[in-house]
Amino acid sequence: MGKLERIAAQQDRAAGLGPSRRSFLLTAAGSAFLFGFARQGRAAQVYPQSAPAALKEAGAFEPTIWCSIAPDGWVNVNIIRAEMGQHIGTALARIIADEMEADWDKVRITYVDTDPKWGLMVTGGSWSVWMTWDQFRQAGAAARTVMVEQGAKLLGVAPAACIARNGKVIAGNRSISYGDIVSRAHPTKTYTPEEMAKLPLKPASEHRLIGKDVKALDIPSKTDGTAIYGIDAKLDGMVYARPKLPPTRYGSKVVSVDDSEAKKVKGYIRYIVLEDPSDTVPGWVAVLASSYPAAIRATDALKVVWTPGKTANVTEQDILDYGRKQIANKAGGSCVFNDPGVDETFAKAAKVVEQTYTCSSVLHYQLEPMNALARQHEGKWEVHCGNQWQSLFLPVIAKALQVPESEVVMRSYLLGGGFGRRLNGDYAVPAALISKAIGGKPVKLILTRSDDVLFDSIRSPSVQTVRAALGQDGAITAWQHHASAGWPTRVMASAFMEKGVDGKPYDQFAIAGADHWYDVGPMRVRALDNELASETFRPGWLRSVSSGWTPWAHESFLDEIAHARKLDPADYRLSLLDSKGRNAGSSPNSVGGASRQANVLRHLVEKCGYGKVSLPADTAIGIATTFGQERAMPTWTAGAVQVHVDRKTGVVTCQKIWLVLDAGTIIDPDGAAAQTEGGALWGLSMALFEGTEIVDGNVRDRNLNTYTPLRIADVPEMDVEFLPSTEKPMGLGEPGVTTIAPAVGNAIFNAVGVRLRHLPIRPADVLKALKEKGNA
Amino acid sequence: MVKFKLNGRDVTVDVPDDTPLLWALRDDLDLTGTKFGCGVGQCGACTVLVGGRATRSCITPLSSLEGADVTTIEGLDPNGKHAVQEAWKDIQVPQCGYCQSGQIMQAVSLLKDYPDPTDEEIDGVMGGSLCRCMTYVRIRKAIKKAAAALRKEEASHG
Repeated sequence: MGKLERIAAQQDRAAGLGPSRRSFLLTAAGSAFLFGFARQGRAAQVYPQSAPAALKEAGAFEPTIWCSIAPDGWVNVNIIRAEMGQHIGTALARIIADEMEADWDKVRITYVDTDPKWGLMVTGGSWSVWMTWDQFRQAGAAARTVMVEQGAKLLGVAPAACIARNGKVIAGNRSISYGDIVSRAHPTKTYTPEEMAKLPLKPASEHRLIGKDVKALDIPSKTDGTAIYGIDAKLDGMVYARPKLPPTRYGSKVVSVDDSEAKKVKGYIRYIVLEDPSDTVPGWVAVLASSYPAAIRATDALKVVWTPGKTANVTEQDILDYGRKQIANKAGGSCVFNDPGVDETFAKAAKVVEQTYTCSSVLHYQLEPMNALARQHEGKWEVHCGNQWQSLFLPVIAKALQVPESEVVMRSYLLGGGFGRRLNGDYAVPAALISKAIGGKPVKLILTRSDDVLFDSIRSPSVQTVRAALGQDGAITAWQHHASAGWPTRVMASAFMEKGVDGKPYDQFAIAGADHWYDVGPMRVRALDNELASETFRPGWLRSVSSGWTPWAHESFLDEIAHARKLDPADYRLSLLDSKGRNAGSSPNSVGGASRQANVLRHLVEKCGYGKVSLPADTAIGIATTFGQERAMPTWTAGAVQVHVDRKTGVVTCQKIWLVLDAGTIIDPDGAAAQTEGGALWGLSMALFEGTEIVDGNVRDRNLNTYTPLRIADVPEMDVEFLPSTEKPMGLGEPGVTTIAPAVGNAIFNAVGVRLRHLPIRPADVLKALKEKGNA
Repeated sequence: MVKFKLNGRDVTVDVPDDTPLLWALRDDLDLTGTKFGCGVGQCGACTVLVGGRATRSCITPLSSLEGADVTTIEGLDPNGKHAVQEAWKDIQVPQCGYCQSGQIMQAVSLLKDYPDPTDEEIDGVMGGSLCRCMTYVRIRKAIKKAAAALRKEEASHG
């Protein structure tokens, strides 16, 4: 129990405080300053805050659902992606505004609520810019085309005599603003996606906003307390709820509930044993109270007896052992690559080398604990929360409520951190169920931090074995990569799974990264679903998903092979990035293929002086390279890390990180850098500072008293560079993570000659390895 | 009933006096800029100023605040233009932003003690404020920028 819980557990001495009496008293009149804004009934998040809150809908020109131009000249851009720190609305609006030739000072963005018209609402995989690039340029072109046509008419010239710039149509020395065109010509033309796709788009040389510095539209609100996150949502008459969580994620059944002690908590209302037709929150008991502190205390006081599920005694070691057995078994799993000749080449190899790499469980620990506010209002079930995959979880909420999907709407809020946790909208379901149980009244469910951690869908622990066949000259002639982990996509979104070469479905987010761009002869890349993991907890997507841990295996392994052959690890990698066969790349996503990965690596090596600079004792640089998130959308990434290893304490200090990336066209350079900096530090945190383990069916660490993510004093000097490109933009939310852990491991080897094969790397592991080496 | 000064105004809050200040601010006084993170005073998201000192509101019971002077992010500057806020915008510090109210309040407190902070002083004081987006490089940069602006302000006021 945390301190808040302890404080809360002593509180509510005053009797019978209902919501109406829990009001505040102001002794000074005029509360406008104190209460800067209203949260009630806020329909959508709009930025910048200086923009008109409601566009003059009357008379606005809306050529597509993505944007509109009002008679006053303001351009609204609808954003269906979640804002969780990537300033995605700004980046996407820059794309549409650039193509539209809009005046950026009159562009506002609206983070919209769910509606079937938006199509797939998902924010993850570093996909947002990549998947919106064509669509928004086309939508911008549609608006510009109409503005030029109508503007030309009003100016009495031919469209060909006009250009569009900065929110105006210009013919010679005369011009007319977009707002005036809308208010005078009342254009109504709309475009189908097919019509839009035929519109000519501007060449990169004509980009006026894309690639230029911009201030993110959401940032001012995040410096003065006015930004509204899910946890800030409030409705009249709402009550608060906290869950009493069962002993296992699945399979626990409530035997009895005793609320005699809870009843002594002033403000306690009742408990509800949740009946969940969607089976998202089995075994949950919700505690309702008139304030959140009362809900915390009453939940602590509530006594629930469960029969636990079958995973009540599972440990991290059990899960890793299960994975090792899966890998040892040649059958099972699904292959991403299974090239002809793998087994034959291994059979005739001069030598076979193999190593196994493991990673601990990792918590999301997004700073805003899971929460959702739900009610039934005007015939609809509303769920107010920040969420990354509304299209996936709205149907689950509907199923839980047993109503048609058309009767559910998810209202959008800022996310106090996503990192993949809010791709899994499981927390929205119990809020809806509680509201249903109290007749549709508004209820705000908040998880305390320890609840949040216990209910996290963690990054699964993983086991990976990489095996190479070597020829007489030591060169790699064939390659195998076997990876076992819990599969989030199988558990939550099985329809989205990819099919392997053998036709069997696999979770691409539990193997991506292993399907690398090196030419190492015939490859077998096999993904294994660690069922024991998936039964024990709900595996999650965590920033950079499998690309956060598969390179830990193969980028460490390649380094080991290079060192064994006494080759320079960078040169060795470059020799394998030959851009042949399937690694040649294809348009539009991977033009140039592996040659672009080689290019970022060459730049990196030059920049950091790898292999050339002389450093103090026990200090060295390590490198690694990846293609970011996934093969179909490669962000070519090379990372170097300089570490110092303290031989006495085993403490590894990261002194500097260099990253060179080629992500195609960069839309918002500063936002791109920010995402990459944050990603790299996540990578460093998971390499050296954070990790937990399963004990008795749950994660051991519940809060920051024992869970120790990277903090400011651990931050090294950083140098992030994007190579100029006019290719299609790829993603940047996650690639920063991917190279860091193997680069750290490789740097430690270069510094003190020991090879670590488990993440996170703790001082005790380093000391143990140094001792073993000393004894060897 | 606890009486204290909040953002320059006298307030009386009629909730149990062992209610953590955090929840009184958020739920009773409608000031949601102060955030709930860890609940145990170890992440810094709930940081406010009490008597000008950075204080973790999630572990501060109202009973300890009788007569105190409390400043939240909303009351730092009437226009949201405190030198620290301005630096935060210039350097584009926030990503998700959830921790940033706390970071800013902690930084304001830091700069009172260390008008020209070294990296070590920044690390020492800001070490209790977790940023899960890992905006630390920019936090450090923005603190130095704000420090310079505040020193200039101080100098011009003689």
